[in-house]
Amino acid sequence: MPTLWLVFTLIALAALGFVLGRQRALASAGGDVKLLHSLPAYYGHNVALSAIVPAIAVLAIWSLAQPMMIESRVAAMIPAESIAENTTVSLVMSDVRRLAEGLDQAVEAGVLDAAGANALEAQTIDVRALLAQVGVALGSEVSPEVLAAAQRYRSLTATGSILKTVVVLLLSLGGFAWAYGRTHKDFRARNVVEQGIMALLILAASLAILTTVGIVFSMLFESLNFFGLHSWSDFFFGSTWAPNFRGDSELSILPLLWGTLYISLIALLVAVPVGLFAAIYLSEYASGAVRSFAKPLLEILAGIPTIVYGLFALLTVGPMLVRIFGQGEDGLLGVEWMSGATSVLTAGLVMGIMLIPFVSSLSDDIINAVPQSMRDGSLGLGATKSETIRQVVLPAALPGIVGAILLAASRAIGETMIVVMGAGAIAKFSLNPLESMTTITTRIVSQLTGDTDFASPETLVAFALGLTLFVLTLGLNVLALYIVRKYREQYD
Amino acid sequence: MTDTRQNPANNKGGSLLQHSARTRKRNAAERRFRAYGIAAISVGLLMLCVLVTTIVGRGTGAFQQTFVTLEVELLESKLDKSGTRDIDAIKKVTTFGYAPIIRAAVEAKVAELGIDSPLKAKEMAGILSKDAAATLREFVIANPDQIGETVEFRFLASSRVDGYMKGRVSRDSIANDKSISPEQLDLVDALVSAGVVEKTFNLAFITGADASDARPEAAGMGVSMLGSLFMMLVVLALALPIGVAASIYLEEFAPKNWLTDIIEVNISNLAAVPSIVFGILGLAVFINYMHLPMSAPLVGGLVLTLMTLPTVIISTRAALKAVPPSIRDAALGVGASRMQAVFHHVLPLAAPGILTGTIIGLAQALGETAPLLLIGMVGFIASNAPETIADGLLSPNSAMPAQIYEWAKRADPAFYERAWGGIIILLIFLVTMNTVAVILRRRFERRW
Repeated sequence: MPTLWLVFTLIALAALGFVLGRQRALASAGGDVKLLHSLPAYYGHNVALSAIVPAIAVLAIWSLAQPMMIESRVAAMIPAESIAENTTVSLVMSDVRRLAEGLDQAVEAGVLDAAGANALEAQTIDVRALLAQVGVALGSEVSPEVLAAAQRYRSLTATGSILKTVVVLLLSLGGFAWAYGRTHKDFRARNVVEQGIMALLILAASLAILTTVGIVFSMLFESLNFFGLHSWSDFFFGSTWAPNFRGDSELSILPLLWGTLYISLIALLVAVPVGLFAAIYLSEYASGAVRSFAKPLLEILAGIPTIVYGLFALLTVGPMLVRIFGQGEDGLLGVEWMSGATSVLTAGLVMGIMLIPFVSSLSDDIINAVPQSMRDGSLGLGATKSETIRQVVLPAALPGIVGAILLAASRAIGETMIVVMGAGAIAKFSLNPLESMTTITTRIVSQLTGDTDFASPETLVAFALGLTLFVLTLGLNVLALYIVRKYREQYD
Repeated sequence: MTDTRQNPANNKGGSLLQHSARTRKRNAAERRFRAYGIAAISVGLLMLCVLVTTIVGRGTGAFQQTFVTLEVELLESKLDKSGTRDIDAIKKVTTFGYAPIIRAAVEAKVAELGIDSPLKAKEMAGILSKDAAATLREFVIANPDQIGETVEFRFLASSRVDGYMKGRVSRDSIANDKSISPEQLDLVDALVSAGVVEKTFNLAFITGADASDARPEAAGMGVSMLGSLFMMLVVLALALPIGVAASIYLEEFAPKNWLTDIIEVNISNLAAVPSIVFGILGLAVFINYMHLPMSAPLVGGLVLTLMTLPTVIISTRAALKAVPPSIRDAALGVGASRMQAVFHHVLPLAAPGILTGTIIGLAQALGETAPLLLIGMVGFIASNAPETIADGLLSPNSAMPAQIYEWAKRADPAFYERAWGGIIILLIFLVTMNTVAVILRRRFERRW
């Protein structure tokens, strides 16, 4: 049974359980609610929860664990000598999975019947050509071992799914029957249900940790695979980024890091002065009317999706810069410094616009948190308003502002759409902001879109890049928090 | 005051009414500083204006489309040679078989209007979209009884003609363009004055499906809107209950210990993780490990759920915190359990705040593109609307921002126009959602 239907069945069972449990409790009290330990609904909830929660939990764990179990059993089938040099078991396994999926699609498309797929033999039929018919492209010729492993993989998956359906349904029915049997007017249903709900609440709260663990592990494993195929010293200290899908690529992060940091720097050069001065004006000078008008309008800039900024960079800002700096004699400056619309400046400027409200609203909050008495003291000594701001308010707010800038920098480094559309695709070290350059996020996108082969370093490098990006942004965030905590003045 | 007047040493010879050089300097610095602030705000607002005018100016064109009205004679000899109206035989006629019929219709129209054109029939038909034959074929297959009749059709004009009508294409710009000639534009001019070619509102852009590279005039947002809708349903169904449950635990029940601290730090860090990292997670876990289908809105929804959860949790906790402790105390005082106090009293009072936060989180998820690139929702031509709910969740589809990105990549001004138009639709959705959130907050927010 497909998982979706299984879930629907469980939900139906739970609904039935609620009705029946409630009825049974009422019946045991002779229809008098006052004789029950808990409110009648709690008895219903008890049966419903018992029917659905353990079953769903087992379903989830089973769905996660089954692929792993099958992988290890199938991987054991592949003889060590059939693993060619330069590859590993996990690479052969990805071939096996591709082949098994291909066979599934072939059966679905009607090219093969279920029995035929299991009886295929690599020596007699060209499996690759067969699967090409249904649109499954296999990278290499299919060896008999891989085909046998794929067939085993399919049969194990099929058995596993049947077993899963049976176990989950039995568990649900069992939970139903047990809770239903316990339903009696003296049963402390409320306490049991509340404990169950508490467990669910804790589970939901720990999902955040699970997500982080998932992010770290998924990237860590693939990164380790990558470093098994590619030298780590080239990745971290090499100087060239030249992926080559025929192998032998040079994959170094440094040129990408340079592009990322350069674009972020330009973005901050735009966003920090504008955002900071906007925040100062809004919190220190502006009247209530101006503030309530300008602040929400500025914050709209933060709510605009990045794809809009990307398109703006690609189709408006880029061509505008070309009109100024490019086109030779026809251009505004009469120079030929820029050839295409994508450049560091294009992406940086647009990203700067995006970050203005980010810097301004964070700084605004921080400036507002500086106590009024400090301003009053300074003004009372005869300082002008701007002197007060520069010499009293800003120094007091400095740690917070530095924190805000670091957070903005972390946003700039992790930003994807603007650089994908506005920065270009050439990895190089250059100081010229009018040249196109590429960034970490752009390369992640280009290495992972289209046909990905999880056995090649050119694809796996994206995970190493992603991990670096994650560590980088996380580091900036933690640093920002640390600065704010450590250097914050306590005024109360 | 009088003292200073009587003591000239203090006044240094200056007058109270006239500022000294130093004061003037300080005041000038004050004015400059103020001007910087005004300039900064103006720059910000100016950018917003430029952005909005660019979007509106460039995108509104996508909502209009040029159509050519023709009377087409559905010749039996071409479409149904057997004359039996056998649907299978009719289906065997490919779009190539329909091309001569359309050519004849164009030629007949030009002759009827008495337009003098040096063009051959095939070139005249070139002002029509490549989609025209397919439109006609679909009609004939749906209505086989109309074969042999003369039917009036509104065909899409080709993207170059459409661009000419909208001012995007001019006679100068087509000098090196093989898909259209100045003579064809002359013909278009003549047909416009005859009322055969006209520009009208284009509903197909809002409801239709994406089209291949060669037919920008036929591309629409409809199917990708459905994709986005299904993703948002997944996000709503998962992020709201999980987010609310997590916030209730953290805000109402969690003891102060290291585990709770870890969860809290984790959530605030997750909110700052770049969205593309969630895409990598989705690719590695949902597609590569759990083998969920590529490009499916279900996977997109799961990834966006993980991304939106911190937003929902943070705003829900704020809403719960805003409910005063006296409400809880009163509930506990009349004998409710802690769980009952929370679920029966605190949660309903916090509901408007929770809803506002959820809508804002959804709006954020709706506009997110980067993670969708990695799970394959770009590069896929969403040509069919899903038929069932399971189909909508599991079969490959695109999403609004992914569709816009796809059009932007195609490097054709006609598709750029579609991309800007798509952004208008996307922004309309976002503005509506945010307005609803603001209204909810204004309407139901309580001050305790």
